[in-house]
Amino acid sequence: MSDLSDFDDMYQEVIIDHYKNPRNSKKLSGRYDETKAHNPFCGDEIELQLMISDDGIIEGISVIGRGCAISQSSGSLMGDSIRGKSIKEARNINLNIRSMLKDEELSDGDLDSIGDSYAIEGVKKFPVRIKCALLSWSALNEILNKY
Amino acid sequence: MDLERIRKDFPILETKINGNNLIYLDNAATSQKPKSVINSLVDYYEKYNSNVHRGVHSLSVKATDEYEKSRSKVREFINADRDEEIIYTRNASESLNIIAHSWGSKNINKGDDIFITPFEHHSNIVPWQELCKNNKANLKYIPLTESGDVDLNKFKSMISAKTKLISVTHMSNVLGTVLPVKEIMDMAKSTSAVTVIDACQSVPHMPVDVKDLDCDFLCFSGHKMLGPTGIGVLYGRFDILSEMPPFLFGGDMISEVTYEDAKWNDLPYKFEAGTPNIADAIGLGVACDYLKSIGMKNVWNHEVEIGEYIFNKFKSLDNFEILGEKSKEKRGGVVSFSHNKIHPHDIGSGLDRFGIAIRTGHHCAMPLVRSYGIVAASRASVYIYNTKKEIDIFIDHLLEVEEYFK
Repeated sequence: MSDLSDFDDMYQEVIIDHYKNPRNSKKLSGRYDETKAHNPFCGDEIELQLMISDDGIIEGISVIGRGCAISQSSGSLMGDSIRGKSIKEARNINLNIRSMLKDEELSDGDLDSIGDSYAIEGVKKFPVRIKCALLSWSALNEILNKY
Repeated sequence: MDLERIRKDFPILETKINGNNLIYLDNAATSQKPKSVINSLVDYYEKYNSNVHRGVHSLSVKATDEYEKSRSKVREFINADRDEEIIYTRNASESLNIIAHSWGSKNINKGDDIFITPFEHHSNIVPWQELCKNNKANLKYIPLTESGDVDLNKFKSMISAKTKLISVTHMSNVLGTVLPVKEIMDMAKSTSAVTVIDACQSVPHMPVDVKDLDCDFLCFSGHKMLGPTGIGVLYGRFDILSEMPPFLFGGDMISEVTYEDAKWNDLPYKFEAGTPNIADAIGLGVACDYLKSIGMKNVWNHEVEIGEYIFNKFKSLDNFEILGEKSKEKRGGVVSFSHNKIHPHDIGSGLDRFGIAIRTGHHCAMPLVRSYGIVAASRASVYIYNTKKEIDIFIDHLLEVEEYFK
């Protein structure tokens, strides 16, 4: 009989914490970019706002949504990982997150760049949930692609 | 009904999922297959694999014979008059698309009304949306009463000479609600409207009689009724099918081809272009045999009983809410529920650790699920092999998952 202990790989304490107390959930004011991402398979929704300075630094971020613990905590964690980063750095982190979830080798530097979002690493053992974890990261791509 | 014997017929129930016995409660998505259906596929490929309607050799004769015998079994299963009225498709979606494309594009004109209900699966929404866009017709919804039933009185007042097609689900795949399709079919009689029943959730689970329902078309999928994937059925009234142009063109659907032109084959072949899905059609016939041997009334009674059992279990749970129909008389073995905090995906992943398969998400009925103010729901749906003991285990682990996310 299995129990939910191996479940902890996916639902780390940090994840549950960010799910219950999402960070970066205050709407921005002033000049910002905005996009919505939506996973049609489960109905998860993310509304992402980014304030990007003239010299290309992500100065403000807001992630608001509703959905499962993975999609929502991943968005909350993403905010912590990319705030203050340049567009180029954020793009790089985005690629590293994807590599991490595909279980590809990452250099120590690349792993470090991921920051707190490393908490979603356990999702790689649950392939059907990777889409949930990447929802906000896909939204991020959409905004950064405009730059 | 001998549950123990039935369960032995389904090899997959022996499978361990994450170390646990599989408890399969995702039957509205697809059903499991009995050994007899699985064997029929192996038999076809091992013993008489051959193309149909073409060869003079023994294998082809045998394959053709079994393919057509299966059609007769399906015809009998839904009590249609003629084998020609049974068209094999890939699934109900394809069946509905054939109606929209072949019948609809020819018969739906500017300003015409098509009616469906708010309960429909996407497959009974999107083909009509497209048809209405293309032919400038109006897609309208049969209204609901405050208690969430189809409002037949209001609908009566909406039907007019412009009403050309009415397509309704027999049973909601989300709520388990059985719709008053017979009454709706009756109302259609006052117009020239063609009627369609999406029977995906009814043909597998209850006795369905197209003559009694008196519908023009009825669509269902084989894989939800113990049959293989990739085989579905379009039932259509002979006279209507005869008037319809083919959907796909090519081999098997012609009677004569010259370099310039072609004549269409007779029904049902006019709608079965190309080599059909022979093995799976034969498997579907065997699935009909299996269900018939149990008796569809018994199947239905069992599912209502288990559905009611799940329903009563949920009544005593605090943070869960059941979507839709509360009355046992109008509900089959499909129960959708939501939790006031935990997202269905987290519940689904949690139950999966215990080998319990439920569906989570929008169930291919986004507008309906959204009308409950939620983005997704969890759904447990039962079939002939599910037991009350399985439900007890399901509920126990559901509470364990709830505790985990507290």
